[in-house]
Amino acid sequence: MNQFQEKHSKEIAEILAKYPEDQKRSAVMPLLYLAQREEGYITKQHMAEIAEVLDISTTEVASVVGFYTLYHDKLEGPIRIQVCNDLPCALRGADEFLDELCENLGIKVGETTADGMVTVEAVMCLAACDKAPMFQAQTKAGISYHEDQTVESALDLIQSLREQEADNE
Amino acid sequence: MSELILLRHRDISDIGKFDGYEKVGGFETFRKVVTKMQPNEVTDIVFDSGLRGRGGAGFPTGLKWRFVDKDNWPHYLVVNADESEPGTFKDREIMEHNPWQFLEGIMISAYAIQAHTIYIYLRGEFWELAHRLDEQVKQLEKKKLLGDKLFGTDYSLRIHTHLGAGAYICGEETALLESMEGKLGQPRLRPPFPPSYGLFGKPTVVNNVETLTNVALIVEKGAKWYRSFGTEKSPGTKIFSLCGRVVKPGNYELPLGTTFRELIFEHGGGILGGGQIKAIMPAGASSSLIVANDEALDTPMDYESVPSVGAQLGSASVIVVDDTVSIDWLINKTAHFFKHESCGKCTPCREGTFWMSRLTERIHQGQASMDDVMLLHDVAKNIQGKCLCALGDFSAEAVISGIERFRGDFEARAKPSKALQPESEAVG
Repeated sequence: MNQFQEKHSKEIAEILAKYPEDQKRSAVMPLLYLAQREEGYITKQHMAEIAEVLDISTTEVASVVGFYTLYHDKLEGPIRIQVCNDLPCALRGADEFLDELCENLGIKVGETTADGMVTVEAVMCLAACDKAPMFQAQTKAGISYHEDQTVESALDLIQSLREQEADNE
Repeated sequence: MSELILLRHRDISDIGKFDGYEKVGGFETFRKVVTKMQPNEVTDIVFDSGLRGRGGAGFPTGLKWRFVDKDNWPHYLVVNADESEPGTFKDREIMEHNPWQFLEGIMISAYAIQAHTIYIYLRGEFWELAHRLDEQVKQLEKKKLLGDKLFGTDYSLRIHTHLGAGAYICGEETALLESMEGKLGQPRLRPPFPPSYGLFGKPTVVNNVETLTNVALIVEKGAKWYRSFGTEKSPGTKIFSLCGRVVKPGNYELPLGTTFRELIFEHGGGILGGGQIKAIMPAGASSSLIVANDEALDTPMDYESVPSVGAQLGSASVIVVDDTVSIDWLINKTAHFFKHESCGKCTPCREGTFWMSRLTERIHQGQASMDDVMLLHDVAKNIQGKCLCALGDFSAEAVISGIERFRGDFEARAKPSKALQPESEAVG
């Protein structure tokens, strides 16, 4: 039994129980979420451990990590602000919102703030087109939606997330 | 507004709570179905109702259920809750605010195809929603509405959620199944179709959230009742997700066959800032651009009529574009989206979406000529009909219709063709 299995034995068992016994590979996505909760990204060791749990190769696990955008294989800001600027949101001012937000944080889109805490990204449609500008905040704790935003409300939220992260450290 | 079938939480405030849903007869239909009806009787009602898939393709739901191979077991029901089409935000409202009707719908549907396991595949961003559904499923297990040998019969049923992780392509049913199997979300070659070879190689029905949320009321009130809404070939109501340059964006549940004009101007309050409507995309970013003239505005929104003005109804995510928007900007947005979301399996889509986005960017920046615009048109035409799934076709719709129907916007942005340029500018 590897470290990852020991640490999460109960959760892993619950996840595996969702799928037929001979289809363990289906659990790769939920197990990757479980691993990502630890460090905020998925380490090479996690990938090897998950591969061992599921009897597949580490390369197969790594290919899943690479394919899906919500898995991260390196540490960036622990707070990811992901602004949708797809067509419907852009028709309601999302591009201007994104630029202004980044300007206020002193970064460009895709960059992380100087203190290493906040990364702002432009992402694809989040199914909240009627409530633009909007973004999701991704942290170790999970994902939360924030709709009908202004730059001021977004900066307030980022401040409170920073404080939460500082408390967790 | 007409009677609400799907967005009933807007009429019944506590329908989002189990007790509130039970008060309006919730789960009585499921109990009746499991204890008193044969599976094919349920399928017959849904078939007769004329319900069509709300995910975009409009395929008759009852017919899909009849295709399930009865010589190969077990069967699976997979609910497509991967809602990712730019402009679509209806399934999320259903699952957040009317979850019990959704759950009863999928449970009745599972019985109809004799599946003992339902997987709800949600896009990864619906993380909070998935946790809430997990809690609701636990509640149903406690109430003995899910589990083994329900109501003293031999029928057993379990529901599991499965989170995607950010890939538009997983809304395509075979890519979704691959993803559920722990692989890259890439479409399969069809046939075989999922009702004969689906999840884990077993007969599987994949249906959209909105489609199945209709089922409890259809089975309770009958096919004839359902057919009293909508048109003959497109019965029922549909949630129209209205967004873009309108005063009141949001979800509007209306009978199929309602006109664009009624949706946009009566319910949506008209154009933001009092501008002129220019174009409509009725199927989200996957849509052709309709020129918003009187003929188009008076077209009924149903599966048969929308093609007459040069587009598809799709998932009915109606993006409204006004005269402040230049179409070269718009197709740059959609091309960028599809380049990002192409799964890379089929060459025409992988390479085509890449080159389309390079070209649309140059055109939008004013660095391209009309020759480049026609090259873009040519690239788009060469993607169509050459890929395993519809993503490639979808990526070309807005580009082709945009260039053909709004040529003036491109001419205004284009540089003179190279052949006409003075030599000093053409060099270097």
